[in-house]
Amino acid sequence: MDPKQFLTTSGVIIVAGKGGVGKTAVSAALAMASSSVGLRTLIVEVEGKSGLASLFNSAQFSYSEIQLVEPSLGLGEVRARTVLPEDALLDYLKDHGLKRISGRLVSTGALDVVATAVPGISDILVLGKIKQLERSREFDLIIVDAPAAGHAITFLRSASGLEDAVKVGPINTQAKDVLALLNDPTRCRVLLVTSPEETPVNELIETAYSLEDEVGVSLGPVVVNGVLPELPGLQANPLEAAAQAGIELQPSEAQNLADAALFRLQRTALQRAQLDRMAQELPLAQLLLPYVFTSELGPDGLAQLSNGLLAKIRDLPDPSRS
Amino acid sequence: MSLESVVAQSNVIVCCGSGGVGKTTTAAVIALHAALQGRKTVVVTIDPARRLADALGLDGLTNEPAQIPGLPEGSGEMWAMMLDTKATFDGLVRRYAADSNQTEQILENSFYRNISSSLSGTQEYMASEKLYELAIESDYDLVVVDTPPTRNALDFLEAPRRLAKFLDHRIYKVLMLPTRGIVKAVNVAAQTLLRSISKVVGTEVIADAVAFFGAFEGMEQGFKERAAEVDSLLSQPDTAFILIASPHADTMAEAQFFAARLRELKITVRALIVNRMQPRFGANHSPEDLAERYAGTPLGEQYRCLAEAQHLARGEQKHLLGLAQELAPAPVVQVPVQAFEVSNMATLQMLGQAMFDTDVTSEA
Repeated sequence: MDPKQFLTTSGVIIVAGKGGVGKTAVSAALAMASSSVGLRTLIVEVEGKSGLASLFNSAQFSYSEIQLVEPSLGLGEVRARTVLPEDALLDYLKDHGLKRISGRLVSTGALDVVATAVPGISDILVLGKIKQLERSREFDLIIVDAPAAGHAITFLRSASGLEDAVKVGPINTQAKDVLALLNDPTRCRVLLVTSPEETPVNELIETAYSLEDEVGVSLGPVVVNGVLPELPGLQANPLEAAAQAGIELQPSEAQNLADAALFRLQRTALQRAQLDRMAQELPLAQLLLPYVFTSELGPDGLAQLSNGLLAKIRDLPDPSRS
Repeated sequence: MSLESVVAQSNVIVCCGSGGVGKTTTAAVIALHAALQGRKTVVVTIDPARRLADALGLDGLTNEPAQIPGLPEGSGEMWAMMLDTKATFDGLVRRYAADSNQTEQILENSFYRNISSSLSGTQEYMASEKLYELAIESDYDLVVVDTPPTRNALDFLEAPRRLAKFLDHRIYKVLMLPTRGIVKAVNVAAQTLLRSISKVVGTEVIADAVAFFGAFEGMEQGFKERAAEVDSLLSQPDTAFILIASPHADTMAEAQFFAARLRELKITVRALIVNRMQPRFGANHSPEDLAERYAGTPLGEQYRCLAEAQHLARGEQKHLLGLAQELAPAPVVQVPVQAFEVSNMATLQMLGQAMFDTDVTSEA
């Protein structure tokens, strides 16, 4: 599938996944991929502090947009911002002619009461703001780095919950608008991220079914982060492999190679088993991203991920030809 | 000092760390290890993967501790439970309510139901409440508690105080005025604010909140005293905070942040456990060069594999160093990535061996 077509299937992509699986790295790689095919891209961060900014060597994001990638020949602009509940609330009140009370709502702590009394209201304000950004048509793609783990479901479920809880008034309208966004696959999709390991895969499968059943949001392919490349040469005996290459190894050298190879083969087999299981239990395409052999992802690693992502998107079947 | 002795000297162990670093499994491994040495232990998990319950040989975990079957002869006992925030909160309300009438009024109030399930910090608060119940009011030798997987897992420590503050806030006093029947001297500005809020979210919501704070009257003191008791338990010398991390730059940065916060709260980190470390293999000379020279052959792939493992291990050590120095003399336990998944008691024990056998303070 053409990456540009894939990335513009919906105007909003929400990236969600359990802590530790590399959700943030995938959001960043997706933004780079989107830029590389010329799309104007916005990254939205909804939890305040995350590793996103440092992946781009940028200062922490704030409510006002900053530019991460300048538009140039072939490259789309990438911008980034946060949308946090308090800021979204102030915006919302301003838009609804209630600017007067907005300051007091925050300063008296009344916001806490309201947020407690009406669970999901913070989430709906954030999603409402994202909807507004989508409606502005200023960007070809908006990438939302969703809250981690189970909170992603609560976050996305807020709209249907609130539509029931608050029957009339502006919050109800807001909930309806957000539901319309979430339920329209041409406007919004969720990409779930996992690593090829038991617990994250289990959690991803559960999340996928809850999101489809309870939120009715459409799911894109699963992004699997950290997939070890297959190295068939690891099956060989190091001494024979060396002889074949015309060199001789010390026994200790051969042992070191054998140890590392055995460990890698075991890990690869575990990963393979999890990927197969996921394919059986969840009928979604898988985009496998390569394991980046570094303990600190920098610009090079990010480029590696983004290129890997583009390659796997090209491998997806072209929907227009099916 | 080793992890072994930290565990042996503690009656309460709090496992802190960011999400996805293996906190829950580590907590279970510690509880199991101490049980195998003859103690009666309980592990409190917050949001365990079903896998852990399976591994422990239980159908599922509930808010009441269940005993883990199948420990070898001569062991102590291991129990496990999963925190149910709402049930724990209900228990607290029952404890501090003046009578069953007050209990019922609160438990049935929809604002209360929202607080007990969705107010930020409630889960953390109830985790510390449960910890207190188990440590003080039961006969366990060791309580190991997992902390919630929030960004800010140390809310655990501040949550009781935060709830007390929530209940103390003047806005609630305003909300409570109508139920007290005091009509005079109403804070006009606050009432205007309330009316505006009602316009946005509906009057029902406000009425529920007012009813809740009305029903809650008189219980704040009990809650506050309890919060102070929990606080004091957490600062006992036999309560140990253990930091759990994985060796990536971002989780290390987060661990550093936790360490700094704990220091501010005058709490010492007693051990650092770093899960999922790249295992160390013996080093060959310049594997990168050889990988390149023999690229495309089995030998080239074998050198590539070794080179990648060594490169990763070096990076991890670099990230670990600063934190290890900061936490010294706390032991730093590096647990290598295992070639198996934890799926039953046997694999849980194997992970325990990996954790306690590699238990040597790094030479930071």
